Amino acid sequence: MADKRPIDDVTGIETTGHAWDGIEELNTPLPRWWLWTFYATCVWGLVYVVLYPAWPMVSGATAGVLGYSTRAEVAAEIERVDLSNAALTESLATVDLAVLDRNEELHRFAVQAGRSVFAANCSQCHGAGAAGVRQSGYPNLLDDDWLWGGTMEEIAHTVRHGVRNEDDPDARYSEMPPFDWLEEQDLVATAEYVRSLSGLDHDAAAAAEGAGLFAENCTSCHGEAGLGMREVGAPNLADAIWLRGGSSEEIVAQLVAPRHGVMPPWGGRLGEAEVRAVSAYVHGLGGGERQVGE
Amino acid sequence: MTDAPALFAAREPIFPRRVAGRFRTLKWAILWVTLGIYYVTPWLRWDRGPNLPDQAVLVDLARRRFYFFWIEIWPHEFWLVAGLLIMAGLGLFLFTSALGRVWCGYACPQTVWTDLFLWVERRVEGDRNAQIRLHHAPWNARKARLRATKWTLWLLISAATGGAWVFYFADAPTLLRDLATGRAAPVAYATIALLTATTFVLGGFMREQVCIYMCPWPRIQGAMMDPGTLTVGYRDWRGEPRGRGGVRRQAVAEDVGSAATARYGAAASKEVAAPRTARDGAVLGDCVDCNACVAVCPMGIDIREGQQMECITCALCIDACDDVMAKLDRPRGLIDYLALDDRPPVEPGETADVRPYAGGWSPAPAWRHVLRPRTLIYTAAWAAIGVALLVALFVRPEIAMTVSPVRNPTFVTLSDGSVRNAYDIRLRNKHGEARTFHLALTAPDTLRIALEGTDALTVEVPPTATHLQRVYVTARPQDPAAGRERTGFRFWVEDLADGERAHRDTIFNGRESFDERTGNAG
Repeated sequence: MADKRPIDDVTGIETTGHAWDGIEELNTPLPRWWLWTFYATCVWGLVYVVLYPAWPMVSGATAGVLGYSTRAEVAAEIERVDLSNAALTESLATVDLAVLDRNEELHRFAVQAGRSVFAANCSQCHGAGAAGVRQSGYPNLLDDDWLWGGTMEEIAHTVRHGVRNEDDPDARYSEMPPFDWLEEQDLVATAEYVRSLSGLDHDAAAAAEGAGLFAENCTSCHGEAGLGMREVGAPNLADAIWLRGGSSEEIVAQLVAPRHGVMPPWGGRLGEAEVRAVSAYVHGLGGGERQVGE
Repeated sequence: MTDAPALFAAREPIFPRRVAGRFRTLKWAILWVTLGIYYVTPWLRWDRGPNLPDQAVLVDLARRRFYFFWIEIWPHEFWLVAGLLIMAGLGLFLFTSALGRVWCGYACPQTVWTDLFLWVERRVEGDRNAQIRLHHAPWNARKARLRATKWTLWLLISAATGGAWVFYFADAPTLLRDLATGRAAPVAYATIALLTATTFVLGGFMREQVCIYMCPWPRIQGAMMDPGTLTVGYRDWRGEPRGRGGVRRQAVAEDVGSAATARYGAAASKEVAAPRTARDGAVLGDCVDCNACVAVCPMGIDIREGQQMECITCALCIDACDDVMAKLDRPRGLIDYLALDDRPPVEPGETADVRPYAGGWSPAPAWRHVLRPRTLIYTAAWAAIGVALLVALFVRPEIAMTVSPVRNPTFVTLSDGSVRNAYDIRLRNKHGEARTFHLALTAPDTLRIALEGTDALTVEVPPTATHLQRVYVTARPQDPAAGRERTGFRFWVEDLADGERAHRDTIFNGRESFDERTGNAG
């Protein structure tokens, strides 16, 4: 039997009997356990196919008898995390926001959770860095200028009910009437006066003329010194921040046809704890105000 | 059509014979030292103070810390470990180019544990011949008893191997208690089970198959050897033609003499007996074809066939052959550590006996093989990295501070016209107790610093933790930095406990060319 096997003359090693152009292939057998390992992987693969999702179908894949899915695993993981955070979430939903920062653990939890809530729900308008978009009238949340108040509780109210929407009766609401009936030069004079309030370059003569017009038409909401009034969402005109622009032309445009920002109410969409979390996050971006009396 | 050739071959069992000698002794010493280090290390204690583990070597995966005696490595310092791995790689290059596969032969865990298992096997079943007899014997009570004893001992060693491994990843005494009482983490039991299984199978049954078919090192190391590399080889010019009885070539003794003198001193080059001829009249070399080198080989090869991929250079064939040569009163070293270019420029069939090393040729001394440009370059690179790592280790700051300026947006205008920049500062406290850090800045122009969430300028960082603090830097409207595009300044941090300070330079962004107050460019 053995002599029937072709042997290579030079090496003395058995050949496979295959020859190409006179070159014969030596037979160097692989270890048998490799073969068994290969069979073992086949068995493993078959078992896997039975147990786990495997074959792609038109929609979805074969389910596998274990009913495993990565989606369900993620859901379970989220549920597990939610469960482990349940106590913190519960406290956050009921805590007095004025004293939240006294509870370091809860405050840190709120800010971290709020960061995610903000990224998912708020960054579309206010920007990922919360700097707002001035051209579109989305306010900058980093500065210390607040239309509706900058304490954590006031921010939470704004988040919960929104601004000038028709879905929530408690929404922040204000409306500046159009002053399109004023003469062009009166509009410019008023704008020049407004610029003088915050110390910008202005035409002194026109501003003096505009002072009377301002006192007559604007002080009921913006106050005599133009410092604004948060109760009615009237912006401070004497500071350096201009949501709609601070040039004379931009002020005139806002006088003639005021633009009003709208923000949806988030109270129905986010849970109370999430509303408070995102408020704590925004409050900690650099402009948050302390509760009066603290 | 002849029989189809067998494309798969079963493992040929190997029964290496016991051998004693200088290399066997060295290997035992290395075995006990390496195993000793492996088993003892996790139990060494090292006091680091409160809140820190007192285990000398600990890989704390959960908290992402690596402790090695006085060194503590955090994840951001993991490049130090990368440097160690590069050194390990270069060290392997160095050893391989100088001494061939010494790693495989002496230090590789596969070799060490296989040696240990072979030792157990011989204690239970006897030496080579007894093992072969037992292998071919039919199953009976004695065979079953011996096999069961051997496997039980192997399993115990395997369990101890896996068991020791997990102690590197948790406090050893605590983990041992938890393991014993069944309260340890499932991953600990799983790891022990896995390593027990692999040790048992790889050391007991796979053995040389691991080296030949599973391990990449033989290929890589083989490629790193060159003709000047010392490795285990057979002096065929001295040994051939092999045979029993007969005449030994006189001149062989001479050329061996010169080589042996060069390497081992005058004592090795003693005169040998007069030439003898084999029964058929041929003149023979020193090899008596006793097969001792083959019988002791744990890889089951014949070193006389030359360099082979299977050879792990365990040097046991040297011991075996030296033993035989001593009995025959021939010089040692027929099989020896030698380099390919030690081979004299004569063919075995040639009359080397009349012109030993013609042309004044003689093999290079051992130090010439070890000290070559190639090995010196490896040594230099290895040492340079080592020194660089040591320097980096000892000059790394105790206070680790990173400053990342917030660039979305680059600056914020406040209601009074001030310009504010924000920075995320990470402070690492490597001490075992909480530390308070004071933050300050120095700037060419007036800049003011404030911390989010506190009116103070101090931050308390918990023990062995990193703290992220948002810091605001503000320039008033009239300050030059407010209007300038960029202003460089320096953050300072001081550890109030020991007064150590550190600093980072960064940039303050002014209003640039964009006037946000009016919204007008330029």
